[in-house]
Amino acid sequence: MATLNDYLVLSAVLFTIGAAGVFLRRNLITILLAVEIMLNAVNLTFVAFGRYHGSVDGQIIVFFVMTVAAAEAAVGLAIVIAMFRHRGSLNPDAFRTLKW
Amino acid sequence: MSGDLILFYVFAAVAVGTSLLVIGQRNPIYSVLLLIASFGALAGLYVLLDAPFVAVTQIIVYAGAIMVLFLFVVMLLNAPREEPIDPERLVEPQGARRFGVVLAVFLLAELGWAVARGARALFGSGSFDRARGEQISSVRYIGQVLYSDYAFAFEVTSILILVAMVGAVLLARRHDEKQV
Repeated sequence: MATLNDYLVLSAVLFTIGAAGVFLRRNLITILLAVEIMLNAVNLTFVAFGRYHGSVDGQIIVFFVMTVAAAEAAVGLAIVIAMFRHRGSLNPDAFRTLKW
Repeated sequence: MSGDLILFYVFAAVAVGTSLLVIGQRNPIYSVLLLIASFGALAGLYVLLDAPFVAVTQIIVYAGAIMVLFLFVVMLLNAPREEPIDPERLVEPQGARRFGVVLAVFLLAELGWAVARGARALFGSGSFDRARGEQISSVRYIGQVLYSDYAFAFEVTSILILVAMVGAVLLARRHDEKQV
């Protein structure tokens, strides 16, 4: 049977993939998808720890994280649509009016 | 090697592989579809962790609702490919990209070190207690805790959803007067 440490390592790898995606990609939608990968890595940690301690709290926190992720995706995608209308581009480097 | 361990490695490989492909794609449609596969593998891992409620929620809410929202936006914007860098307008942020790779490798090393040293010291072998699996996989028990200990947080969540809904409608609305 897989141990807690296996799940923690997997979660660390997934979180790093998500972080690397945020750093590397030049497309706002892919960046939001990478944020979702990071949220899922954290969810896996919560469930694994909850299982290890024999408590149900980890699963309930995951439920709340999913709700926040849904809200984040809705508002984030609305902002992406507004920005795309404004500049006609999804490249975050195109938005540099406030950059000096 | 028991069946559980083999399943763990299969699901873990699928999750890591599809996640890598998600951030490797230039076409966001493929990214979204691959991420759905990744979420499916994670749902399998939740089943292995005696959390069938989370697994089902993962499929319905994440792979169902949230990813469909992403697909809608990708198709609505009709901007399928990541644009090549236009040399007139933008300087290729090559330095930032290399810095990003270094940061990601550093993060992985740090997390690996924390798991290797900290987790082994704190949790020993980290094997799961089989007896508790029955209790925490019960949806009835989850519901009891959710609506008693976490009742306040649950209600606040509904306000969060309401605010997000109003915000999304307001932000994505067209601003010219004729359309409003």
